[in-house]
Amino acid sequence: MKHMTRKATRHVSQNEGLIFEKSSAGKAAWKLPPLDVPEVDSARLLGSSERKDLGSMPEVSEIEIIRHFTRLSTWNYAIDLGMYPLGSCTMKYNPRVNEAVARVEGIANAHPYQPEEISQGALRTIKMLSECLIEITGMDAITLQPAAGAHGEMTGLLMVRAYHQSQGNARKKILIPDSAHGTNPATAAMVNYAVENLKSDSRGMVDLGALEAQMNEDVAALMLTNPNTLGVFEEDIIKIAAILHAKGGLLYMDGANMNALVGKARPGDFGVDLMHLNLHKTFSTPHGGGGPGSGPVAVKKGLEPFLPKPVLVANSDGTLAFDYNRPQSVGRVRAFYGNFGMSVRALAYIQANGPDGLRQTTEDAVLNANYLRKGLEDSYDLPYSTPTMHEVVFSDKLQARHGVRTMDIAKRLIDYGFHPYTTAFPLIVPGALMIEPTESESKEELDLFIEAMKSIAEEVEEDPQTVLDAPYSTRVSRLDETAAARKPVLRWKPAV
Amino acid sequence: MRYLPKSPADREAMLKAIGLRSVDDLFAPIPAEYRLARDLQIPRQMAESEIVDWFRQCSRENGDGYTSFLGAGAYSHYRPVVIDSLISRGEFLTAYTPYQAEISQGTLQSIFEFQTMICELTGMEVANASMYDGSTAAAEAVMMAVRLTGRRSVVVARSLHPEYREVLATYATHQGMPLAVAGFGDDGRLNLKELEKSVTPDTACVLVQSPNFFGTIEDVAAIADLAHKNGAMLVVSIAEAVSLGIVEPPRQADIIAMEAQSFGVPLGFGGPYCGVIATREKNVRQMPGRLVGQTTDKKGKRGFVLTLATREQHIRREKATSNICTNQALVALMVNIFMCVYGKVGLKELARQNLAKTAYAAGQFAKHGKVLFSSAPRFNEFVVTTSETPQAINSRLLGHKIVGGLPLKKFYPELENAALWCCTELTTRSAIDTAVGLVAQSERSIRSGKEEAEEVAR
Repeated sequence: MKHMTRKATRHVSQNEGLIFEKSSAGKAAWKLPPLDVPEVDSARLLGSSERKDLGSMPEVSEIEIIRHFTRLSTWNYAIDLGMYPLGSCTMKYNPRVNEAVARVEGIANAHPYQPEEISQGALRTIKMLSECLIEITGMDAITLQPAAGAHGEMTGLLMVRAYHQSQGNARKKILIPDSAHGTNPATAAMVNYAVENLKSDSRGMVDLGALEAQMNEDVAALMLTNPNTLGVFEEDIIKIAAILHAKGGLLYMDGANMNALVGKARPGDFGVDLMHLNLHKTFSTPHGGGGPGSGPVAVKKGLEPFLPKPVLVANSDGTLAFDYNRPQSVGRVRAFYGNFGMSVRALAYIQANGPDGLRQTTEDAVLNANYLRKGLEDSYDLPYSTPTMHEVVFSDKLQARHGVRTMDIAKRLIDYGFHPYTTAFPLIVPGALMIEPTESESKEELDLFIEAMKSIAEEVEEDPQTVLDAPYSTRVSRLDETAAARKPVLRWKPAV
Repeated sequence: MRYLPKSPADREAMLKAIGLRSVDDLFAPIPAEYRLARDLQIPRQMAESEIVDWFRQCSRENGDGYTSFLGAGAYSHYRPVVIDSLISRGEFLTAYTPYQAEISQGTLQSIFEFQTMICELTGMEVANASMYDGSTAAAEAVMMAVRLTGRRSVVVARSLHPEYREVLATYATHQGMPLAVAGFGDDGRLNLKELEKSVTPDTACVLVQSPNFFGTIEDVAAIADLAHKNGAMLVVSIAEAVSLGIVEPPRQADIIAMEAQSFGVPLGFGGPYCGVIATREKNVRQMPGRLVGQTTDKKGKRGFVLTLATREQHIRREKATSNICTNQALVALMVNIFMCVYGKVGLKELARQNLAKTAYAAGQFAKHGKVLFSSAPRFNEFVVTTSETPQAINSRLLGHKIVGGLPLKKFYPELENAALWCCTELTTRSAIDTAVGLVAQSERSIRSGKEEAEEVAR
């Protein structure tokens, strides 16, 4: 390595096979208490339904399990190790008190069907989080039932459809900007709406002329991410809302980038009719290697009758209860009440921040993104000069001249001790580098990141092959994804 | 604010570097009239100790310390301590979806192991990395069958979890998927005659749950024959994963949609849980959700990647198999660790204890109330009907810090005064005896009330 990094040092990591490769008959990590009821003859009770064999399930001891998963864990990068600047993913610090309170006995062990009279603690948690999120978004009502952002989008569009149906015409299509996340069009398809692409203008914002031309009484809603995936606030948002509303359409906001707005501006104040939030982004619940998430949907008054059921209500004596009698509801989108454990964590985050903390958080997130933009704009191409909010999108235009693309730069960044940014998205920027630092990064960490990115830009000029062959410091080098897809091996099999 | 790693001097220096005078300049792109000029009206910033106190108070108002006989899709099993030790490691907890394979091998290998064990337990050939939960997994499995068969309608067993049926109805509403419902017979199992009448040449799949909502094990082979004879697929939902330790898996199914909460996932008032879909290899390209595959790196070393991404929304957009993006990865890790702890022998023994507790409890209840559906085999749930309403009995049980069975009338109006009871390895004989004692008391008082009334009448 020509350029050494101050961020990271290589160190030994343990090798570890698959758990099945450690298994042998007679090892065990479990012990059941003696039965306090008579033993049963399972063959007699179950007859032909009795299972005889559990195939290749492993047999291992407890220490082997601890070592196995601890070793695997050390092969992951994580927020706890350093900056994780994935654009639109909001990889912020996951506070540990969130985890502690989610594990308090009466919360962790509560059965979803236990009587409401002994569930008031959980219902109060749902109520308080709902009120906080309604205030933060400036909306009127909310459901916490959707299990993730895309699930929230689906719930939102179901409500859009139900609303239009109640007006006598369900309408046919959803407008989606070309900068949108892939879940938006996929969701529209699940709710049986046609997708119509809306192009961005030279500022990276919704093209008002195009919107005006495409808007008609067949359009049910516009799904808009704001700030959008370029990290740009749609400054014409009021005009956008007005164009939609004039023809009876609704403005749906994808709240993936809400970390740029909390405490500074409220979608409900600028014309949004309904939106989802990602508790695993903006409200600090852990991503956990891909989930769980939670995707509450907040709506304006006119959409409230269509919320999924049940809906939380207060009884006359002040106790809380679920109301299932909701004739206009879109129905259920998930069994029980959603990812309640994520609601607990999000509320703990809001409590730890308060109004002043949330505002400062947003300010720091936007400050960090702008600081990175300033630090890198001489080394990387900035396709849109529009002001940056919480994330900044560069392109690999300058590096592509040397045959180095965004994914190569990303892989090289790993050697410098960082997780890559989001590559090749949004689609409107060829070779995009989408960087979202969040508020959780110190000035020192940002300076190290800028130093690493500049160093890589120099490497591209001097010796592009170094970058093309990266990473060098990881347990495995670049993996053959083509082979993985051509002949999929999706499970381990015992040797025959 | 204690999570923010900056001093006022840092912020000053950064603003200066950017060339701005104040933080307000950063928010200039938001039109001034829409900028919030006041504090959010939410609770003030709290100390960590206050937050812990707040949730401890919630916990006290939330059934802490009660013994429960509730199941119905959410099961109380012992969670080995190592699960939380391991999933609390920041490298698992605070990592993103493993798109950058070189620095995500820990998550990727663990998902590969998860997929393998789900295949072993269900008898299927491929399993995905997880779905939101059992209800949405069932709905997505049905939509998968619709794509695979090119047919549109669906027959759903009434003995499928009622909330799963509601979720499917929501998903199906705008897909032009007609849903027919087939009832259950005296043994609590799907009524095969009714099923036969409901299946048409347009039936994409039959969806059943086994063990079903009443805890009864369905005759999957017969249902599969009927579905397959008509060119339809069989989708089987499994809500109680521990049953797989001792109940033969529905190998005749084409798709299995599972809820794996029983494997080490806290009840947590209904979520987060862990759905998963498993199927035959030939169906994999219509599978929703993420898949991890084995491959090699440039030096030939074994490694794992997310694969077959052309099914997914970030590549295919509106033509994707589903819009799912975030799944339940950390919960799937809990499930994975649980399966490693119990393994080949432990899962069977665990399931046997569930069977024994339930057999004992059902036997005791049968002495006083009426246990329904007893002619078919069951796993760890059973239905008891009483003379009094289950609500009345349950409110007395609450006084003993016991939560009784789930009253079924709300979901099945014809099953008046019936309740669904569940026993797991954690249910003690003394709790069973107490509950049975109160049911016996209730029956006696109703009987003597009746006798008195008859006496008066005479």
